[in-house]
Amino acid sequence: MYLILFLIFGALCVAGALNFLLQRHPINSAISLIVVMTSLAVLYLLLGAEFLAAAQVIVYSGAIMVLFTFVIMLLNAGEEERTHGSKAAYIVGFPGAAALLGILTYIFLKQRDHLGSAKIGGYLVTTHDLSSVLFRDLLLPFEVTSVLILVAILGAVALARKEH
Amino acid sequence: MVPIAYYLVLSAVLFSIGVAAFLIKRNIITVFMSIELMLNAVNLTFVAFAHRWHQVSGQIFVFFVMVVAAAEAAVGLAIIIALFRTRSTLNVDQVDLMKL
Repeated sequence: MYLILFLIFGALCVAGALNFLLQRHPINSAISLIVVMTSLAVLYLLLGAEFLAAAQVIVYSGAIMVLFTFVIMLLNAGEEERTHGSKAAYIVGFPGAAALLGILTYIFLKQRDHLGSAKIGGYLVTTHDLSSVLFRDLLLPFEVTSVLILVAILGAVALARKEH
Repeated sequence: MVPIAYYLVLSAVLFSIGVAAFLIKRNIITVFMSIELMLNAVNLTFVAFAHRWHQVSGQIFVFFVMVVAAAEAAVGLAIIIALFRTRSTLNVDQVDLMKL
């Protein structure tokens, strides 16, 4: 059961990512990225991270991708054209990414027995556990990120403002 | 029962697709989206290791990565809008003034 769920949503992730790579129109890429992020939320649930699964859906597939879709529609982005530079990127890009994938897969599968396995309900982190660490031990970093968000809001407004 | 290694291989696949998309795509918005894909792949690794070693720290890390990614997306998209205003193009090959 667990393996079937993992295979379904893992395959959905990979299919969405491949579609993201192959589509030429940005809006199609954005929609397939939403598929990837939502199936990743299900995988987080399988790994017992319930708060992160909810946050993944709300923050990533909700807020961030809506922002991306808005900007794509605002700038009226059309299909990307093939240019000179992209040929070199094809020659370097695919073998480089394939080499990276090969090395990582080899290492992970070699260490497979040491890494153990996951089963449903094996380790469940509730929102209570997460928040007690976040607001007791890591209160200062949490507050610093709120300052970061404030700076990001001001920066975004200042950068996107129309010049007079 | 699924070996943790399978989760790590899945995240390696997603990360490599993100790297390939980052190098191949010519639209600046799509390049930016492939960075988000790579961040998501790394987040999956963090959650898988948090499950393996029964540590909350891995999930805390993912939480902070999400916060920083949201801030980064807001500022990055503002920069893209400013870029489009001055250059009226989204193609990265036409924005190469700093290239030697």
